Parts: sequence; structure tokens; C-alpha cells
Amino acid sequence: MARLSRYREHRFFRPVLLALGLFLAGALFTAGKAAAESMESKALVISADKATLIKEGKEIFARGCSSCHGLNAEGAGAAPSLIGVGSASVDFQVGTGRMPMADMSQQAVRKPPVYDEYETAALAEYVASLAPGPKALTNEEIAWERDGNAASGGTLFRNNCAMCHNLAGQGGALTQGKYAPTLMGVEPRHIYEAMITGPQAMPVFGDKVITPAEKLDIIKWIKEVESEPSLGGATLGRVGPVTEGLLAWTLGLGALIGVAVWLTSKAR
Amino acid sequence: MSLQPIQDPGLPTHVHRKADTDPKAAKRAEQQVALLFLTSALGTILFIFSYVGIPQDQLIFLPILGTTNAHQLFLGLGLAISLFFIGMGAVHWAKTLMPDHEVVDVRREQRSKDEDRAAFVATIKEQGATAGLGRRTLIKRTLGLSLGLAGLSPLLMLRDCSAELPGDELAQTNWRAGTRLLTDPGDRPIKPGDLEVGAVAQVLPLLPAGRKRTLNDIAKDALLLIRIRPEEFNLDTERLSWTYQGIIAFSKICSHMGCAVALYEQSTKHLLCPCHQSTFDVTRAAKVIFGPAARPLPQLPISVDSEGYLVASAPFNEAVGPSYWERDSE
Repeated sequence: MARLSRYREHRFFRPVLLALGLFLAGALFTAGKAAAESMESKALVISADKATLIKEGKEIFARGCSSCHGLNAEGAGAAPSLIGVGSASVDFQVGTGRMPMADMSQQAVRKPPVYDEYETAALAEYVASLAPGPKALTNEEIAWERDGNAASGGTLFRNNCAMCHNLAGQGGALTQGKYAPTLMGVEPRHIYEAMITGPQAMPVFGDKVITPAEKLDIIKWIKEVESEPSLGGATLGRVGPVTEGLLAWTLGLGALIGVAVWLTSKAR
Repeated sequence: MSLQPIQDPGLPTHVHRKADTDPKAAKRAEQQVALLFLTSALGTILFIFSYVGIPQDQLIFLPILGTTNAHQLFLGLGLAISLFFIGMGAVHWAKTLMPDHEVVDVRREQRSKDEDRAAFVATIKEQGATAGLGRRTLIKRTLGLSLGLAGLSPLLMLRDCSAELPGDELAQTNWRAGTRLLTDPGDRPIKPGDLEVGAVAQVLPLLPAGRKRTLNDIAKDALLLIRIRPEEFNLDTERLSWTYQGIIAFSKICSHMGCAVALYEQSTKHLLCPCHQSTFDVTRAAKVIFGPAARPLPQLPISVDSEGYLVASAPFNEAVGPSYWERDSE
């Protein structure tokens, strides 16, 4: 304490303390606000009745989605019809921030969601009310931690997912600028919903082809890969031999050349 | 202008190092070498400490490396520092402080002296006569036989390099008329209703009872089942009759180099091979629309059996996978 108090005489003491205090207050407020909003939003979803959700969803849809998807979600041009896509599709696309799209490029990208949990649920209920389709899930509904089997999930993943999403789920390139996104840091329910709805270029993996139990296995495996420490050192993105080779050829060979030059140079 | 032969420039003049003339520089070089050796010693201590002191399952987070095993990391770093700096110290020592005299060593004649050569031949002849090889022909011949045969055995084993020829194995798969399609993995039979529009399934054939599936089987039999809207097909009547309610089956083995073609883009109905980017159009019987593949993927005719499960209605009508010498590639 005595050592600390010496700094009080320093001329930067006050400005630094002020900046620190302001930063802490801001960070606390932001975190608290986000947590409160998220909890509030979740509580709203649970408490709201279906009819209100659909009504509010329709309003949000008219404001935020109808300019591309049409006032009755019938679709237009590049924007597909949303009749019969189900709440799972909406929860995936809006919950991962893919929709609304930022620009009309090849592919909708994952980004911080625009709508909160309540608004997403309202949109999902509204779209589900148009025609039946795959139902959205909550993270609590899929007990992947309890029921999933990572070994079986690995086999399923290698056979069904790895060709596009990479053997370690890191994502990979498709044609004409499209790509399969990384699966790291994706909510379990969004992984599940992607499999049953087949968003964008991804095909559908129905419940008879990959059973619901097998889907939990796959999620468990992805989560195990995600939390796996890199025991072999730097993973270099886990994308395979290209980056590894590049590093070996540039850094490794570069170091060897450096040592060789030093070895043969004459001391002065 | 007449060409002058280039004069032999002789040896360059010897430049003395600073450490040879300046005792201060020599002292500095000595300290540098000592520092390098000390660094090596520290590396060894790090190695010993990691081996004894860091638990084997200790994880540590480092920028760039991510979460990694501290035990292994510091063992490796310690050993690398320990060995590298011994070498570096030794080289630096040799370069700065070890004697720096230049010596000319003229090349010597490689050929042995004539008398040495004659003596060698005389010795060989004399030893041969002493052993009596010329007289005892039985020994000479059996020795020749045994040595010759012994030399033959490694040659004989070269036969394994050629193995058996595959015959028509490459043209055959396990798909017959009536073979059920099973999910891979899971081995469940598939009904058309199991596949939504836009769905895919990885498929292997049901093998006759008692037959175990080998990797060679999978390498030839792997199938990709895709369902699209039937009106999206752009096929001739025969190929259309090979599909079932919008479900179409292709061999998953690329016709270019045999990679598993399974990157199916639902939005474009294109199949992409991950190895060389050959792209196939599912709606036009896997016609090649990009990349090095020369042929479409073979299509398997499918229908349903009496129980409503998807089956092959005929074998493949061509060999699956890449070209090979005897393949009819028309």
C-alpha cells in the first residue's frame, strides 16, 4: 500500500485514475445492460402468448424483412419465399445474424444478431404461422451434453459434414465465392437447426438420414473439438497442410538459410 | 587485340580478425562464447525443470499458440535451447578465437605405387593356391551354387512388387439390381419419404449376408443420394427413368482422380470435388461444368422394392472412379 501511495504524487495520477474509473463504469453498465436486456428478452419469450408473438412478429417482419421477402413472405427475386420454411429456419437465420443481410453478396454471413431473442422468437412464430415447417429449438431442448456421443459424432461428421466444413469444423471454400462457414462458437441449437433446414447452399439432413440422436452426437463432437486444447502447438487455423507447409517453407527454411549464412561468414 | 591469358591472382591476403590483434576484442569474444554456453546450460535446466516440475497435463494459454500443453512445450524449448546454443557457442568460438593460420595442402597422387600393386596381386595369387581352390573343384562348384541361389532369393521377393492384376475388379461394384441403399454410417434402409427436397444422404449398398464391408468396397460403392424437385431435372427419358420422385443417385468417386465428391450446394444444385474443383451439375446427370474431370459421375438407376425401400434397379453401366488403362472411356 505504501508503495502504491507514492504514485499519488505523480502528475499522471489523476488523469489515469479518471480514465480508469470511466472505463470501468462504462464496461459495467454495458455488461449489465446487455445481461438485463437478454434476461428480459428471454423472460418475455417465455411469458408471451402465441397470438401476441405472431402479431408482433408480423409487425417486425413488415418493417425489417418485407422489402425483400414481400409483404406476405411470398419472396421476390433473390429473396426466397418463407412460406413453409418453419420457425427453425427463422431462428437460425435471424439468431445467427445472417438475416437481415447486410448486402446482396454471394452469401449471408454470421454477424451479431440485429434482433434480440424476443424479436427473433416473434418473427419465428409469425413465419411458422404461415405454413407448417421445421420447428425452432431452444438450447435447453437439445441435451447434447448428456445424450451426445462424441465418437459416433466424429464418424457422422467425417461422412456427412467434413467435406464442406473441414475435418475439424473450421469451414472451407465452395464455388464462386461461396463458402461453408466455421462451426466454432456456434450455438448448439443453431447447428441443429441448420441440419434440419439446410440454409443457403447447405443441403438438408433430415431426421431419417441423420436421426435426432445422431444430430446430438455431431453437436457433442463439434463442441469437443471447440474446447480441445492444441496439444501439438499452434494449430494454424486447423485448415491442414497448406498453411503448415507455407509456414515450414518460409519460417523454417528462412531460419535454416539464416543459420547457414552465419555459419559460413568469416568473423572480423 | 590479342587475348591475354588471365593471370593467376594467387591467394587473397590473409586478413587478421580483430580478436587476433586487439586483446579487448578477444576478451569480448570470449565473453560472448561463455554467454552462449551459459544460455545452453539454462536451456538444459529448463528441460530438467519441465520434466520434473511441470505436471504432464498442465495446460497453458499463449498468444498465437492458443491453449497448449506446458509440459511438452517447455521440454521441447529447453532441449532446443540446450542443443542449439552449444553448437552456436562452439562455432562462434572457432570463428573468433581458435587459431586462424592458413595452410596450403598440395594434392597427392591417388594411384598406388607400382611395387604395392604388384605385391597385392602376388598375395592374392599365393593365397588362392594355398587354399587349393583350383584343385578342389567340388567345393568350388557347390560354393558357386550356394552363393548363386542365395543371391536369387531377394530377386524372387521382387515378385511382390507386381502383385496380382486386378482383372475386372475395377469395373465392378457391389451394386446389383435390387440392392438396398443403406445410410452411411448407420446402415439403415432408406424410404423415399425420408428425404426432404434439398436433402442429401451418404449411401452404401446392403451386402449379401455374411459378407463384411472392406475399405476397398467403400472406395468403389460410395453413393450420394440427392433429392430435388422433379421438374428441375434436365434429363433425357432414360436417365429420368433412373431417378425416383426427384431422388437421384451418383457415385461419390470423382471421375478425375477418385476423391469423394460430396460438396453438394443445395442452392445451385452443383456438386463440387474438393481436390481439384471439378464441378458437376446434378440437374443434368452430373455433367462436368468446371474443372479437370473428363466424364460425368456415373449415375445409379434407382427405384423402390415391395417394402417401399430404395433399391438399385440395375448395376452401374460403367466403371466408377478415375480412368485406368483398360477402361472403356467412351
